[in-house]
Amino acid sequence: MATHTLSVLVENSPGVLARISSLFSRRGYNIDSLAVGPTEDPEISRMTIVINVEGHALEQVIQQLDKLINVISITRLDPVTSVQRELLLVKVATTPTNRSQVLETVQLFRAKVVDVAQDAVTIEATGNAEKIQALLRVLEPYGIKELVQSGLVAMERGLRLTTNER
Amino acid sequence: MSKDSQTVTGAQSLVNSLEAAGVDVMFGIPGGAILPAYDPIFDSKIRHILVRHEQGAGHAATGYAQATGRVGVCIATSGPGATNLVTPLADAQMDSVPIVAITGQVASGSIGTDAFQEADIRGITMPVTKHNFLITDAKDISRAIAEAFHIAATGRPGAVLVDIAKDALQNQTEFSYPSQVKLAGYNPIIDALPEAIRDAARLIAESSRPVLYVGGGAIKSNASKELMLLAELTGAPVVTTLMALGVFPVSHQQNLGMPGMHGTVAAVTALQKADLLITLGARFDDRVTGKLSSFAPHAKIIHADIDPAEIGKNRIADVALVGDLSRTIKSLLPALKDEYKKHRPDLAAWWSECNSWRTAYPLGFDEPTDGSLSPQYVIQRLGQIAGPDAIYVAGVGQHQMWSSQFINYEKPRTWLNSGGLGTMGYAVPAAMGAKVGAPDKVVWAIDGDGCFQMTNQELVTCALNNIPIKVAIINNESLGMVRQWQTLFYEGRYSNTQLHSKRIPDFAKLGEAMGCVGLRAESKEDVDRVINEAMAINDRPVVVDFSVHKDAMVWPMVAAGASNDLITVARSMAPVWDSQEL
Repeated sequence: MATHTLSVLVENSPGVLARISSLFSRRGYNIDSLAVGPTEDPEISRMTIVINVEGHALEQVIQQLDKLINVISITRLDPVTSVQRELLLVKVATTPTNRSQVLETVQLFRAKVVDVAQDAVTIEATGNAEKIQALLRVLEPYGIKELVQSGLVAMERGLRLTTNER
Repeated sequence: MSKDSQTVTGAQSLVNSLEAAGVDVMFGIPGGAILPAYDPIFDSKIRHILVRHEQGAGHAATGYAQATGRVGVCIATSGPGATNLVTPLADAQMDSVPIVAITGQVASGSIGTDAFQEADIRGITMPVTKHNFLITDAKDISRAIAEAFHIAATGRPGAVLVDIAKDALQNQTEFSYPSQVKLAGYNPIIDALPEAIRDAARLIAESSRPVLYVGGGAIKSNASKELMLLAELTGAPVVTTLMALGVFPVSHQQNLGMPGMHGTVAAVTALQKADLLITLGARFDDRVTGKLSSFAPHAKIIHADIDPAEIGKNRIADVALVGDLSRTIKSLLPALKDEYKKHRPDLAAWWSECNSWRTAYPLGFDEPTDGSLSPQYVIQRLGQIAGPDAIYVAGVGQHQMWSSQFINYEKPRTWLNSGGLGTMGYAVPAAMGAKVGAPDKVVWAIDGDGCFQMTNQELVTCALNNIPIKVAIINNESLGMVRQWQTLFYEGRYSNTQLHSKRIPDFAKLGEAMGCVGLRAESKEDVDRVINEAMAINDRPVVVDFSVHKDAMVWPMVAAGASNDLITVARSMAPVWDSQEL
């Protein structure tokens, strides 16, 4: 199984998310992550979908998605030629003795502390999946009290527009 | 809005839009939420046929669409009215039949409050429609109707639902019907790529064991003329699936019959031994392929379909021809003629094999030894007497398979059935819709006693609305196909398949009670007389109860999930392959 990132432009109409999730569920495709947000055009939303499928099944997923009337275009994003980012918020337990070590880790990962309390700090980090996982591995020993993670969003590098027709 | 727009209610806008879409008939039942629409329907030139159950409305729309090629329309109220349409919507969608369903919805302010007769029919039907709409503003109605008809009828046809809130029907709006529909995310591909056409032509010219594997798409695309030209140009054997019967005449020498679970030995075996499948509007359904991994193991695949998602869904294609089938074949013909100038394969050896299977294993049946009536005989005689111009509409089960085997379909749109979803209860309402769409044709529903008891109330609709269909009930007093599986796979343990329908109900009397002529046949001698009697009645529907032998089975058969190589021509009897077997 391999992970693929699809950038899907959809009409910003009610029910469109349900159509897509219903299609994935009905056809037995596994979504790793899904992020929905506005685009430069208020009529159109973008969904960034990360799925785990075998090579040939990917073409089926794209074709089936493309059949949905509200789906305008689908672009496959290559991790090499695109910028891929997730957002992480994580609350880490700290003590007066280890707090500075946690802050050092935050710096090393170019993350940010967004809240400090007596016995915990809340950290914000963005990056690709590998960076987020690496940060979490380092923070784990201190005690992760809670974490919230967004779906992946991605964009083509350079002048190429992600919006181009497939 | 165009200059000539006028202020009307949303309901009037709906009816105006349906008229503008060219609707001449719709099938439905009013109720609270859709009631505003029924007032302008009262004055409309559109014929509204008041059915007895919304499922009947949906299948009638489907039968109408299958018989005519036009979009069928059904209409129902919110809640249970709408949920009763779910089965026919799923049925039409599976068989790519263009229908539009209009449903009333509770007023927009009440949506989401669990109001009386509220059901989220848009959500419910999302997986079983090509597309659907929820309209809460009167001004959006005409555009939604125009889009619904466009989506239903174009590309790969399908079912579309338009759910309209009651206040949207009641409020005032400016009516104008869009002259054209543009949808950013919907652009069906009509013409196959020229290089793919050339590749396909080359594969055909290289093949010495080709088969034309023709599916329902050939009927949807009205491609029977083009198909005939391609068949005669290639000289290849032709197999037509359950959904394609009639698109290529049974009487044609190249027709090997139907492939699949209950197909002919020749058709099934030709696919298994072919070196090339020229797949035309077919979708490698499991009932055709059997165990997919052992299906047509030596064959390269040319796959022509209007739906790009069908390419490679079940079987990887060597050449994909995405486009409208009649246009695809039209482009293929000259390309193939060019290829044949370079190389023309000799199919004589292939034909001698195909003919040997056809001769050794023709379709047939044994007469019951106890003197009771053979169901296959009834269906065969029905086809012979009513002839190739009649429309035959089957339910689902043994009688459906026998109707596919023992009636010789010569023309497209003369055989209607529920192939994909396998909806018992389809036949009577679909026959009603077919007769409304093709009033000059003789329409026979061939139904099982189990199927008939699911939707027979639409015979009341037929009797009251001058829709004189004829129904042949193949009464084996059981859920015959399930019983056949119990015989074969459950040691004859007949759990809940005995319907006792030779005792209760009395189908002839039931037919009479519904305003039909009721007839009965119990012996071979009765059959022709009763069929001719039914054929002579044109002012009322006719119900004929054919009391048949209950142990008759459908043969040949490939067991579900088994390889097509394991086809059996009768119980425990597999064909004996010759020494040339691959």
